[in-house]
Amino acid sequence: MAKQVFARILENRLIAAAAYSMLLECPALAREAQIGQFVHVLCGDKPLRRPISVCRVREAELTLVYAVRGEGTAWLAERTCGETLDILGALGNGFPLLDASARLLVVGGGIGVPPLLDCAIRGGAGHVDAVLGFRAHGQVILEEEFAAACAGVASNAEPAGSVTVCTEDGSYGTGGRVTVPMEELLRKNQYGAVYSCGPLPMLKAVAETAAKYAVPCRVSLEERMGCGVGACLVCSAKIRRNGTEEYLRVCKEGPVFNAEEVCWE
Amino acid sequence: MSLLNVNICGVDFKNPVIAASGTYGFGKDYTDFFPLERLGGISCKGTTLLPRLGNPPPRVAETASGILNSVGLQNPGVRHFISEDLPWLLEQNTVVIANAAGSTVEDYSENVALLAQSGVHMIELNISCPNVKEGGVAFGTSCASVEKIVGAAKKVSGNKPLIVKLSPNVTSIAEIARAAESAGADALSLINTITGMKIDVDTRRPILRNNTGGLSGAALLPVAVRMVWEVRRAVALPIIGMGGVTKWQDAAELILAGADAIQIGTACFANPFAPPELIGGLEEWVQREGCANIAELSGRVRPW
Repeated sequence: MAKQVFARILENRLIAAAAYSMLLECPALAREAQIGQFVHVLCGDKPLRRPISVCRVREAELTLVYAVRGEGTAWLAERTCGETLDILGALGNGFPLLDASARLLVVGGGIGVPPLLDCAIRGGAGHVDAVLGFRAHGQVILEEEFAAACAGVASNAEPAGSVTVCTEDGSYGTGGRVTVPMEELLRKNQYGAVYSCGPLPMLKAVAETAAKYAVPCRVSLEERMGCGVGACLVCSAKIRRNGTEEYLRVCKEGPVFNAEEVCWE
Repeated sequence: MSLLNVNICGVDFKNPVIAASGTYGFGKDYTDFFPLERLGGISCKGTTLLPRLGNPPPRVAETASGILNSVGLQNPGVRHFISEDLPWLLEQNTVVIANAAGSTVEDYSENVALLAQSGVHMIELNISCPNVKEGGVAFGTSCASVEKIVGAAKKVSGNKPLIVKLSPNVTSIAEIARAAESAGADALSLINTITGMKIDVDTRRPILRNNTGGLSGAALLPVAVRMVWEVRRAVALPIIGMGGVTKWQDAAELILAGADAIQIGTACFANPFAPPELIGGLEEWVQREGCANIAELSGRVRPW
């Protein structure tokens, strides 16, 4: 159930080029937030809230990792510890939970990486591998957190999950696109699901790659958003269901969709 | 009679605060925050005779104190509205206003005729949507076409009061209001969004995939107040004022300018509790003014 919460900011720090990590105290939302859901953040006197996926839930605390892209997120970056933030949440449909027998591959790009961290930690899968793509070394975020998460969920019988970091310019990790290491992993291992979040062209390539190996794939879509609760119909994604194409609401039916249903344009 | 009770065309509203069409869906989406019955009424998302897919995204862009939208009347069709959404709405103890849109006189008429036989309390004729290629605002910008479409709708609206929603994208809204009145409108609502455009200077692309969209939000308020004031002096019909209302003082301005009730929309996106806050503020205002009812303040601006 959506609610308005005034969350206390416990931390708000720069973690990479124009990317911030904000820790919020909000027990009411932390209890309810599911993996892949988002919160809708009021940014000063901006007429529209900013939708930000939940990166991590721990006890009474939420972590949001966001990129400064415009005036709203610039305002957010200036907040300091002790201030309160007006947020609506937890909103939307997230990623489905898996069971311990499943092996999960998460593929993230840029500021789409953060929501996948909680998928790795709280998604239920018995084994998780991660492929994380960034433009350049300066943009790399959450590498250590994913390393710990992917190691942490491995059962005793399994080797720890792997984390592959890619940069488009080759300045760090593996050079090139996420789909190359993704495909290597798909060839090697039997996955129960691919969960992905990132820029649209990447999501499309990830969806195609997952389909090639017949692994079910879920993608978290981003769209310019209005109300965040399903009323205004501005954040639409074209989805094909039962043979017909329609615009569904990213905030309500999404942000996570079955990749096979998304009409990539 | 309470401080805020108003009557428009024989329909009782417990307060003059109505959710604006296109911003509140069919009423269910905000019920996590407060029950719909707190509102005086809801003007539902505009429906057309047949379902409409709407425009491709992006459909929204933020501007200074406002937003542009180009949803393009995405809706499941009037029959789906009547069978699937209306039964629940009619149990919510609030006034239900259907918003009817279309592309031709014929499909407006058929749409209104279906609504006239349904349980809705009022029908708001949307001749001011700026985001569809045919119909919409095209009907609302000349007196001749307003008379034609309102006359046709009035013939089939039966006993449902017909509210005509006016576009601000006109030279003289007072003349359009007179045309609507002479064609049989029972009430007027104004203003719909002002057509606007926002360009990303790096890509040189408009933010909206539709290039242009309708501007709503706080930026609109002074235009809405001026237009309500002009229309109040042009016609005798009840007026539902809207455009940029975010707090009770904005609603009070529209009422002083001549509105009998107001609608609120875009403000809910930032503050989902804006409607109940507004209702509380208006109640205190009426009390402070020493009035028995808010209707006593309608049109009571003291122009120089």
